[in-house]
Amino acid sequence: MDIYLLEALINGLLLAGVLALLALGLNLIFGVIDVVWIAYAELVMCGMYVVYWLYNYYHLPFVIAGIAAILSVALLGILVHQLIIAPILGSPAINQLLATGGLLFFLQSFATLLFGTDFRNIGLRLPILEVGDMSISFSRLIAFAVAVLGAGALYLFLSRSFLGTAIRAVGQDRDIVGLMGVDQRRIYLITSGIGGALAGLAACLLVLQYDVHPFIGLSFGPITFMICVLGGLGNIVGGFVAAFIVSEIISIGSFYFSQEIGEVLAFVVFIALILVRPQGLLGRS
Amino acid sequence: MLEIDNLSAAYQSFQALFGVSLRVGVGEAVGVIGPNGAGKTTLLRVISGLLPGRADRLAFEGRTLDHVPAFRIIARGIAQVPENRRLFPKLSVEENLRVGAYIPQARKHFAERLGWVYELFPRLAERRNQLAGTLSGGEQQMCAIARALMSRPKLLLLDEPSAGLAPLVVQQVFDLVRRIRGQGLTVLIVEQNVQQLLDLVDRAYLLEVGHVRLAGMAAELKANPFVRQAYLGL
Repeated sequence: MDIYLLEALINGLLLAGVLALLALGLNLIFGVIDVVWIAYAELVMCGMYVVYWLYNYYHLPFVIAGIAAILSVALLGILVHQLIIAPILGSPAINQLLATGGLLFFLQSFATLLFGTDFRNIGLRLPILEVGDMSISFSRLIAFAVAVLGAGALYLFLSRSFLGTAIRAVGQDRDIVGLMGVDQRRIYLITSGIGGALAGLAACLLVLQYDVHPFIGLSFGPITFMICVLGGLGNIVGGFVAAFIVSEIISIGSFYFSQEIGEVLAFVVFIALILVRPQGLLGRS
Repeated sequence: MLEIDNLSAAYQSFQALFGVSLRVGVGEAVGVIGPNGAGKTTLLRVISGLLPGRADRLAFEGRTLDHVPAFRIIARGIAQVPENRRLFPKLSVEENLRVGAYIPQARKHFAERLGWVYELFPRLAERRNQLAGTLSGGEQQMCAIARALMSRPKLLLLDEPSAGLAPLVVQQVFDLVRRIRGQGLTVLIVEQNVQQLLDLVDRAYLLEVGHVRLAGMAAELKANPFVRQAYLGL
């Protein structure tokens, strides 16, 4: 096989890690609370600014800045639920979409106000690994490994702990969990916090690879939604499979043509697959 | 143990209970019978906090249950097996039981309680890793009862445990309830299966359109001409 094609395939796999992490957060929130956070990628943008700010202005070590970003976006997630979602939980889904859509514009404008529209790079240069004739970006490799670890930790939490099991139970029958002593409102806040923390983690990984600017969310927000829908909205395993498929299409498309064509191809495949399976690859019909 | 005086409850504009009074003593098994729509399920929903009700007195072990949200009722020692079982279909049997042990005082005794429940329901032990949605009707009912028992309740509320089960399985479920009673648990059970229920409980109430029509010892109700004619088909 062409060594450069192999390199593209590996890069696709590495990209899939971070996208899967984002899809995981969105799917968790949709599966448990039954709302779609349209502004999810904008929470990532906020997290990227937190890392940038703490690392470049306060010269904190990257890991400390990253942990601060994860915690602050988790808090932001809790606030999004408490201030925006909770008051309109009982109203039609379109209202929740519009409300979080409004949040998207608010966060973009707020970031523009604070930081301007400059592209900012944290200036942390990680080495490029040379394997044979292939060059693999170290920052992508770290991003992939951390994303896999993060997803694994969440999996253990959801499948082994009392709280995690209760979170999954709420997604299946929210009206009856009270009989088991589960406070639905508390579960919603915790889930929103976890969703925020995942966005914060993704922010730490993405800021190593991309410049941050107020509209960075648009570069991966739509792709994340496409992945969630392709996998079956709310289906966590489906999200992983879809993240892998989409990333590989983008990578291979970029290899033969260009990044843009790769993304176009991904959307074409998405439309074709969704025509065949409207409920998503692993979604329930 | 459970005291209810003059309880009324409504769903929006539809009133389902009109001044119902009921007592359950420690260690008793009490039944509530009545036709569909008599308010039996409503009664249990009010006790477990899923539906607000108005009562002169609604108390458990001397403390009021008024305005106590559902998720706090179970910590007081009341567990409900809801109508239609309501298992979490995509969780395994053991995960369903883990949700049942969610409250802090139950988590501490989880392993010990799980062993006890599996001893009581060996079938569930065999199927512990199977998704609850794939169990048979009788197994699902057992799993729902087991889930409620995981919280170590003092009072167990059962809502139509025999609904939708084959006669032989109904017999098994009633035998299980009998064994649970033998362990010292107090039981309040709502049923349409009047014959079998009256063989199980100490006392029973007959509910009709939201009113208590009759109340008494199970033997008295079995001998009552109205019950015999309308509910036992004798």
